[in-house]
Amino acid sequence: MRHLKPINQKAGRVVDHVANQKHDVVALQQPPFRPHLPLGCTSLFSPGWEADQAGGTAGLCTPVERDIFDCHISCFWPAQVPDMLNHSPDWTGKCAAAQKDWRKIDLVFP
Amino acid sequence: MITLAPREFHLFQAAGRDFLYLVPSAAIFALDDITSAVLAAVTGTKRSEDGVVDALAERFDGPTVREAVADLLSVRAIGYEHEPESRTPRVLPLIPAALPTGRTGVIPLTTMVMNVTNQCNLACTYCYEYGEDKIVDTEHGRKPKFMSEQTARESVEFLLRESGSVAHLTFFGGETLLNFPVLQSTVAYGRRRAAELGKSIDFSLTTNATLLKPEIIAFLVENDVGVTISIDGPREMQDRFRVFHNGAGSYDVVAPRIKELLKRHRSKPIAARVTLTSATLDITRIYRHLTEEIGFGEVGFAPVTTSPGQGYAIGERGFDSMLAQFRALAQEWLACSLENRHHGFSNVTESLEEIHKGVSKAYPCGAGLGLLGVSTDGDVALCHRFAGSDAHKLGTVRDGVDRDAQVAFLERNHIADKTDCSRCWARPLCSGGCYHEAHVRYGTTTHPNLHYCEWIRGWTDTCLRLYGELSERNPAFLARFDREEVKAEAVV
Repeated sequence: MRHLKPINQKAGRVVDHVANQKHDVVALQQPPFRPHLPLGCTSLFSPGWEADQAGGTAGLCTPVERDIFDCHISCFWPAQVPDMLNHSPDWTGKCAAAQKDWRKIDLVFP
Repeated sequence: MITLAPREFHLFQAAGRDFLYLVPSAAIFALDDITSAVLAAVTGTKRSEDGVVDALAERFDGPTVREAVADLLSVRAIGYEHEPESRTPRVLPLIPAALPTGRTGVIPLTTMVMNVTNQCNLACTYCYEYGEDKIVDTEHGRKPKFMSEQTARESVEFLLRESGSVAHLTFFGGETLLNFPVLQSTVAYGRRRAAELGKSIDFSLTTNATLLKPEIIAFLVENDVGVTISIDGPREMQDRFRVFHNGAGSYDVVAPRIKELLKRHRSKPIAARVTLTSATLDITRIYRHLTEEIGFGEVGFAPVTTSPGQGYAIGERGFDSMLAQFRALAQEWLACSLENRHHGFSNVTESLEEIHKGVSKAYPCGAGLGLLGVSTDGDVALCHRFAGSDAHKLGTVRDGVDRDAQVAFLERNHIADKTDCSRCWARPLCSGGCYHEAHVRYGTTTHPNLHYCEWIRGWTDTCLRLYGELSERNPAFLARFDREEVKAEAVV
């Protein structure tokens, strides 16, 4: 802490506390630490990530395949979805609405 | 856009630079030019971090500004607008059941105030105990007028049972010295029992000084009993309210006795405690008289506790005048402290000790926690001002503290529930103010003392500035406030 000078005893304790704080570990992290604002799957309530009351996925209100879009659009998760920029720009071309058309998503063979 | 927003703090200037008093942590930081500029940039205007960098681009380079932003974020002087500010946690300091750690969680009693009598040989018109605002009928009530030796011994046992290794016993009244025999025997008994139990105990008392005869002074000196004297200043001020039952003033009786006490009792500072009213508000003159003419080393002032209708109540303009005079005297205190000389304005010393430690209170004082009052029949109350009031009873010295009543009290009076205080930057130190004053003004201890908010903020700001000045100009002086031990609270 270069710009704030602790003056009273409590300020000293605040500085110690800050120095000992554990931060979120995020990709490519470097100081100064910033709060990690998660985007996508963990900050959205996506039933697709969960199990239904029987422990399966059949009873969920959104099809489990919806996960694909959660990862694809809001997270960098290259293993799970095709490369839409270079090789497979149209892989969701027939899928207008995931809830309805998810069966029409093409399989991609690299 | 992720916008930065200022959090709760009080910004003040001292010795030519900015300081931050953070709320509710009560930490104080000195700012450099960059952090001052960043704070100014995010106050009043919504800006993202990039926006702040742009706004300050002419004065500071980007990476330095980002570093300053990170510093301010880490101490929570600023935050992100979309993240709600965390509210002060509502943690009760006292848990009657055993904790999983094996400790009981009960805060030890540090100070017990024993009302050895509820009788007084003076009839001060403004008195909270006998005046129009009294809460206990001391004249015709069912409480004995004097504490018996038996009850006093039981009280000592109670104190030593409930205390940690250090116990403070304060004798109080009425006029304390009207029951000098019990006081005398209690000191001896307390010392013996504390030694047997391996604890340390010390004694103090508050008196109006009318009964300070040579043999009593000798006893106080021999037994190292701390003394606080209630006195209002020079003759005309003292005699305005502090009168005998026949209306005669008490100045001429007390002044020579106090001088004698001050001459002989050198082991502990003898403090004067002044009650300020609308009619006796000449603080500088009172201070000069008590220090220079009488010889006190410490003088503390407090406005009279009263319901608003009383003629002697200090009104809004009175508080303004009081603040201006306090500030003038505080400047004197500062001048002395910069040269490591003593100044006896104890209101400053007490506030600065709390500021130095960074006290952030959930409750305005120790009443009901580390401090309890005992009435003449051995009932335990919140503090001496409530001693004898059934509505504020927290047990008896024989049966111990009624933990349910204590927890219920702490539940009701937590700062987190004082809505009026929730946006006030001075709440770490004030926490709503005196329970007794609130009870007299508003009929309940849970009500913050809204009639002196401006005064509290004004005075706290003054003390913060003094503290800032000292930290820059004579930082070694602050080490005087480092002491760890729990001090006995001044009882008035």
